[in-house]
Amino acid sequence: MNAREEVLARIRAALDDDGQANGHPGGAASAAAASAAPASAAPASAGQAGPAGAAHGTAPGCDDSAPGYRTRGDLTGVPLLDLLADRLTDYRAVVRRTTEAEFGAAVSAALKQRGARRVVVPPGLSLPGLPAGVETVIDDGLSPQELDAVDGVITGAAVAIAETGTIVLDASPDQGRRAISLVPDYHLCIVHAAQAVEEVPEGVARLAARAHCPLTWISGPSATSDIELRRVEGVHGPRTLEVILVG
Amino acid sequence: MTTFLGFPTAPRGVGHLRTVRPFPVAARQALGDAQLRRNIGAATATIRAKRASVVAELPDWEALRSAGQAAKASAMRSLDRCLVELESQVQARGGTVHWARDAEEANRITTGLVAATGAREVVKVKSMVTDEIGLNEALAAAGITAHETDLAELIIQLGHDRPSHILVPAIHRNRAEIREIFLHEMADVDPALTDDPHALAEAARLYLRRRFLTARVGISGANFAIAETGTLCVVESEGNGRMCLTLPDTLITVMGIEKVLPSWNDLGVFLQLLPRSSTGERMNPYTSMWTGVTPGDGPQQFHLVLLDNGRTAALADQTGRQALHCIRCSACMNVCPVYERAGGHAYGSVYPGPIGAIISPQLTGIEDNATLPYASSLCGACADVCPVKIDIPSVLVHLRARHVEEARRTRRRPSAEAVSLAAASWVMADPRRYTAALRSARMGRALGRGGRIRLLPPPLSRWTSARDAPVPPAKTFRDWWRDEHGDTS
Repeated sequence: MNAREEVLARIRAALDDDGQANGHPGGAASAAAASAAPASAAPASAGQAGPAGAAHGTAPGCDDSAPGYRTRGDLTGVPLLDLLADRLTDYRAVVRRTTEAEFGAAVSAALKQRGARRVVVPPGLSLPGLPAGVETVIDDGLSPQELDAVDGVITGAAVAIAETGTIVLDASPDQGRRAISLVPDYHLCIVHAAQAVEEVPEGVARLAARAHCPLTWISGPSATSDIELRRVEGVHGPRTLEVILVG
Repeated sequence: MTTFLGFPTAPRGVGHLRTVRPFPVAARQALGDAQLRRNIGAATATIRAKRASVVAELPDWEALRSAGQAAKASAMRSLDRCLVELESQVQARGGTVHWARDAEEANRITTGLVAATGAREVVKVKSMVTDEIGLNEALAAAGITAHETDLAELIIQLGHDRPSHILVPAIHRNRAEIREIFLHEMADVDPALTDDPHALAEAARLYLRRRFLTARVGISGANFAIAETGTLCVVESEGNGRMCLTLPDTLITVMGIEKVLPSWNDLGVFLQLLPRSSTGERMNPYTSMWTGVTPGDGPQQFHLVLLDNGRTAALADQTGRQALHCIRCSACMNVCPVYERAGGHAYGSVYPGPIGAIISPQLTGIEDNATLPYASSLCGACADVCPVKIDIPSVLVHLRARHVEEARRTRRRPSAEAVSLAAASWVMADPRRYTAALRSARMGRALGRGGRIRLLPPPLSRWTSARDAPVPPAKTFRDWWRDEHGDTS
């Protein structure tokens, strides 16, 4: 038997006893664990049809019963963006609020303040007028060393989650390869109001169609708590994250 | 329990799940290290407060814990189907899936994959499972240098040390000690390096940057794997994970089979539970998700190694199985009074603390970690904070019972635990015997000082060698009841 067959056979043997499990002297914990399982979940021997996820009840839409936790927030519009801005700032991101009309000026102001002269831009990001005095380098497969030599990177975003102050990139043409938002020391990220959701499960649900793409969830600049559990911002990822919030 | 015999446990002689020192011996030594106790006490107090504050922000925390528990229980019940689904999804997206019965096989597969690229160095994301199987040692034996890139793992590697905490492996080191290690071990370090955490983090950034930018092979573990989509997920803070997962040509991910989750939407639960329980943040700075290979973006060769190494043995124990639900957040060790005093090294396994005390013995077989199920006061703080509601105290008690039972069967001679438990059972089964025993125990008052008995005569000395016994009250409850209410029994 090869390793795959053997491990699968062990798993099936381990689960085989579940049918006759209830009579076994498993102690109080096994009874508690069994009763804690959702009543709707099928035992391992049943429900062979359908994808693996069909047998459990946590996923919204998978089951008639509500999941019990919040899958959708109450906030919309400006209060939603206020929460997003607050949470981004709390984890040391720099936040700039602007409107669609003022958007280009906000990008220019950010780059000027940073002192960035050469910035990488993914091929599909349209900026309303290139900032004066700033050279943009369109990524066409730049090497890590080339990325290390630029002053920063500008990307769009796929989703922003307000409650946690998280921005998700999904490698769409306006966001580019994962490496470009990783190696440069300054990341300027443009988030539009329509991309904001309140809760983590909302963000996950929105990304379901993009699940096969490389996803990068970013919450503030890189950080470590490895020395005496004191948070230090700025390790290997961009040490400055600036978010332009449009809307 | 004879049904469990068909499931091999993690092999001896490889990896970091066992120690020759029993917990009481190692703990006694650790308790003598005042610096260690100060470092761990300060760090766990900090993280406890952070966790409590971000958990309190969520009105649906208990519902999330229940959902996490249910998703894990569901994954375990359909583990074979989840893994086959994961495999086919990863393969459909250009990844290669390998299966490993145990640590030796996983090391052999991984070492072979690295060797095939011709690379002599790899960069590693912090990973519990690769430490569990001793991958770095296996790579070194094949002439391949593994660079740990997580700051704490780097401190451990440079300090020729062992990790003592799941989340913060160098929790036992303070900033002054870390500065000394960097000054001693980093070739190009600035001799004027201070012990300011910012300066220490900057030193690590400079030390690792060239290695990241030139690495050809990255090795990681996985926090989650989604069967439905074939997506792997790594949660981190520093960006070292993103570097290792993005820049090399080849990525090898070693994952315990219990890490699989059935469906994509499960991430909406676990990406709330893990960061808040672990670092006490609303969200960790970086989470990477990838599915197979993406042309033009990231590693173009992806290998997933699925590891058993004793996990199916744990799965076969219907009470112990819930230890496989663990998402390695470390909240249980941060609240554990035993961990806080003894530290992680005393547990002798890469998995320390309360969760380690139920994982390690199940992976190795109880006999090889027989003292760990007893390394707890059963206070229950661990179960209260566990984000997936693992009932750690009940599993500890269950494993103690299994230990006594297995020792009885194999040695054919009762252990001290069995004798004392059998005696207690005999005494407590009969009201008269119980009353008599309580009266005689009152004699123990003579030995007690300050309400505690520190040393009882043999054979009860086995109890007081590790713990005090309370001084019995002057009058037993049964005596008091009879005096107050008359003898109604």
